[in-house]
Amino acid sequence: MKYEVLVEVRLRPGIADPQGATIERALPALGFDGVDDVSVGKAFRLSIEASDETAAQRRAVEMADRLLANPVIEDSTVTVIGVAAAAGNGAAGNAAAGNGAR
Amino acid sequence: MTAKIGVVVFPGSNCEHDVVKALGLFGSARVEGELVWHGERSLAGYDAVVLPGGFAHGDYLRPGALARFSPVMEALAKFAADGGPVVGVCNGFQVLTEAGLLPGALQKNRGLRFLCTTVGVEVCTTRTVLTSESVVGAKLSLPINHFEGNFTCDPATLERLQAEDRVVLRYTANPNGSLDDIAGVCNEEGNVVGLMPHPERACDAMTASTDGMGLLESLVVAATRRAAVPV
Repeated sequence: MKYEVLVEVRLRPGIADPQGATIERALPALGFDGVDDVSVGKAFRLSIEASDETAAQRRAVEMADRLLANPVIEDSTVTVIGVAAAAGNGAAGNAAAGNGAR
Repeated sequence: MTAKIGVVVFPGSNCEHDVVKALGLFGSARVEGELVWHGERSLAGYDAVVLPGGFAHGDYLRPGALARFSPVMEALAKFAADGGPVVGVCNGFQVLTEAGLLPGALQKNRGLRFLCTTVGVEVCTTRTVLTSESVVGAKLSLPINHFEGNFTCDPATLERLQAEDRVVLRYTANPNGSLDDIAGVCNEEGNVVGLMPHPERACDAMTASTDGMGLLESLVVAATRRAAVPV
């Protein structure tokens, strides 16, 4: 089974985030007032072949720890979004798309 | 005996020839710089190794994040653990932190600007392979050329770096927001050094400064010492 997984990586608390600070300063200039705590991170979407959801989650956490995030400055969270629609899987894939699953 | 210094070339490195050329200024009788492709699995025969500046593996994901998995890095970790002199310049510093051979991380510069300028740095310790021939307090003028040179680490690590005399260079006027003005750090033994400024680009009278020669002199001395030790 293929699982669609979202890995979000963000700076750990206390680590300076110059990109977030710059965006936060820019927003009022566009009329977006009252916005605080802007932080910039990264998001990775993956399709992972795994026996079940727990296994998919475990593999993604390992990937995040070893490569996707730098544990010195970043934290990561892993969310299994669901079963990935298999491309080229004929009827099943088409049906999902046709049903407005997305 | 001529010391041999390996200069690692990752796909995207761009300062490797500068390093080899700068080492050439010390004379072929003393030292020879040689390019080493990142796919090599052995560093046998080298008396010191330099990770040069550039954009290894395109800096994709994070600078140094993918270079850390290059085949040569396993040999480099062994070479470093064995006391071999290792210097990472700029992107090479980023690679060494990602590989866990040096502490901390290099973040985007404060102000989000790519900095290409000459800065003042002060030598903070002479217990390293890059500063042994210098003196504490020496002021050097060196070029920097980076977007991610803002050194950061947790408070406990910073305290340790300070207590163990492992801050190698500090900026005299902090250009990038670096914690404690840190421009370079070393490992516990002082044989692995990472720094953001480019000593190899400050070696020729045609450039603004020749202060990089003093640092590279230390590296050549360290490599020569290692070359003299029978394997």
